[in-house]
Amino acid sequence: MATRLQFENSCEIGVFSKLTNAYCLVAIGGSENFYSTFEAELADVIPVVKTSIAGTRIIGRLCAGNKNGLLLPHNTTDQELQHLRNSLPDQVVVQRIEERLSALGNCIACNDHVALTHTDLDRETEEMIADVLGVEVFRQTIAGNILVGSYCAFSNRGGLVHPHTSIEDLDELSTLLQVPLVAGTVNRGSEVIAAGLTVNDWTAFCGSDTTATELSVIESVFKLREAQPSAIVDEMRKSLIDTYV
Amino acid sequence: MAEDACMFMVHQTIGSVLCCKCGIPMAPNAANMCVKCLRSEVDITEGLQKHVIIIHCPECDTYLQPPRTWIKAQLESKELLTFCVKRLKNLNKVRLVHAEFLWTEPHSKRIKVKLRVQKEVLNGAILEQAYTVEYVVHEQMCESCSRVQANPDQWVAAVQLRQHVSHRRTFFYLEQLILRHDAAVRAIRIKQMEQGVDFFFANRSHGVKFVEFLGKVVPIRSRHDKQLVSHDIKSNNYNYKYTFSVEICPICREDLICLPSKVAVSLGNLGPLVICTKVSNNIALLDPFTLRHCFLDADQYWRTSFKSLLSSRQLVEYIVLDMEALSSEVNVGGLKYVLADAQVARVSDFGKNDTIFSVRTHLGHLLNPGDYALGYDLYGANSNDIELEKYKGFVLPDAILIKKSYEEKRQRKRGKPRAWKLKSLNMEVDDSAKGGRVDEEKMESEYEKFLRDLEENPELRLNISLYHNKEYQPSEVASTMTDGEEGPTVPLEELLADLDLSDVEAEEDTMRE
Repeated sequence: MATRLQFENSCEIGVFSKLTNAYCLVAIGGSENFYSTFEAELADVIPVVKTSIAGTRIIGRLCAGNKNGLLLPHNTTDQELQHLRNSLPDQVVVQRIEERLSALGNCIACNDHVALTHTDLDRETEEMIADVLGVEVFRQTIAGNILVGSYCAFSNRGGLVHPHTSIEDLDELSTLLQVPLVAGTVNRGSEVIAAGLTVNDWTAFCGSDTTATELSVIESVFKLREAQPSAIVDEMRKSLIDTYV
Repeated sequence: MAEDACMFMVHQTIGSVLCCKCGIPMAPNAANMCVKCLRSEVDITEGLQKHVIIIHCPECDTYLQPPRTWIKAQLESKELLTFCVKRLKNLNKVRLVHAEFLWTEPHSKRIKVKLRVQKEVLNGAILEQAYTVEYVVHEQMCESCSRVQANPDQWVAAVQLRQHVSHRRTFFYLEQLILRHDAAVRAIRIKQMEQGVDFFFANRSHGVKFVEFLGKVVPIRSRHDKQLVSHDIKSNNYNYKYTFSVEICPICREDLICLPSKVAVSLGNLGPLVICTKVSNNIALLDPFTLRHCFLDADQYWRTSFKSLLSSRQLVEYIVLDMEALSSEVNVGGLKYVLADAQVARVSDFGKNDTIFSVRTHLGHLLNPGDYALGYDLYGANSNDIELEKYKGFVLPDAILIKKSYEEKRQRKRGKPRAWKLKSLNMEVDDSAKGGRVDEEKMESEYEKFLRDLEENPELRLNISLYHNKEYQPSEVASTMTDGEEGPTVPLEELLADLDLSDVEAEEDTMRE
């Protein structure tokens, strides 16, 4: 299910948090409300870690990650890096990369298998993304915007892109990503999808301005209604049992 | 551009997204909201006026543009629409794309204007919306109308124009000049007085301007006075009535003048018997015996004002018996003259006695033996001019010829309308002036003389506008009867077509039917 929330009166919650299938990062806020909403939803499944990156709270826009790894910009301090390495599960590789475009969250959009990146990223960064996150990397734009990380959000089950994306682009992107995509908005008509929405395979959080219509689009494209962590496990177990039998 | 460079471009189909409020599919826009939802969300006409009161003067059909301008406009006219739209406040915050009148009953005192405005809302989406403004027309008389209603004679400045001569010729000419230059459009009343005309103005400056105009066309002397009507000591307001007394110099064209010795000396011993050939803002004098001429401006004239010895009413008709030119053609102040000796006899004497005068004249170029001429009969005149008596031993000539007479040629044309006409000022006639019918007849004959003057002198016509006479039909008989010389007429190309709006409208009406 998708949850509506605010970070200190701001609806751009994707800026202040990072949600993947293996962990969740939230910014250090004045109020515990934001953190506890994540905690209530995710605490018994994945770790929810309070952190800052490069001394700022806009962690969602500065880092990129999936269940395999986490990429941090070069201006991340050693303490922050150490804190994250300590807090995240062992199988998650935490890597600080030397990339001129330090807002990695704006430049990289990824799920556990594929990443779309800003067209001007370094080749070393591209290799690093492929290695650390274990994904195939495509340099792409979305509806003419090069900040792919800002204008789309996708999980392993679906994705939401900028509302001006043409049908041909939508087809191309969904072929690359191998997930169904839909053009839509969050936060009452905002086009900056990733700023208003953070999503993983079974849950999504969006800004509190998001209307019921937008919420229903999000829930249907990310297949959140039937998706619960237990359901995935059940499914896996079924297939395992299948193989056993 | 990319297609120009022969690059392969994927065709872009614009997809549809769901409206973020109501969820209907629509083309994505800047607000990502369907138009209906956007309308319900924001009202761009908020803060714009929907009811406005405008003030209308029922007398002169004008609308008040605050603070104090009154604009003339018809119902449903472009001017009224402009005025109405201008009266709306805050309209600069939106972009006006269309405005039109909705029909309303004129007696309802309501004007409805439908406006279509655009405004940018919610991150760059431009919303267009139509709304209606109702104007309530309040009737209130404008200042000038209410002043007229209170007392139609309300004038502030009066210009009393006078010329102390026995005829009104100058005023006929002046009337045409005023009409041509629209000098008296601001006059609220024009009144014909004995020996002059009174002009009344609602504003002092209009009076001053009119006096200045007069100073440019005739030699005048003026003085002004003011009378305190009321005053308010608290606000230091004084209300005056101004009177301008303007006197036109009594010398007219064709007058015979005996110059005072002082003037004659100052003009280089001109004269002393001279003819006035032209009066504009200065006076042109010509010595008919020597063809010397000079100009006197208004200042010079009024310093030593003199009167004419004989004026055009005293002209006597002569017949020219013999003509002998003394000089070749001389150009004097733009006009050509030839000095000549002539033998003339009065028409009244002709065939009765043998009185013949041999005189010198400046009209050698015009007159031929057998012609008729008008001149002053000094032989028969009993002049008691003080100036003339001062010249001891000065021998007066027997006659001085002034102009050629076309009286014979005119006999034929009498009673037929002219091909041209003049406009006239809307003048009231002073009832208190004595005379009545006699005066009217005299006036008409003077006017006829003035019209003839115009025909004879192309120079006089220069400054006035002549209009086509629609009633005139050139008769074929007249054209076939041309036996040599005809009386002077005004060439057709000099005439102006008179613009008559009411006629044009009437024609259009008939065409529509």
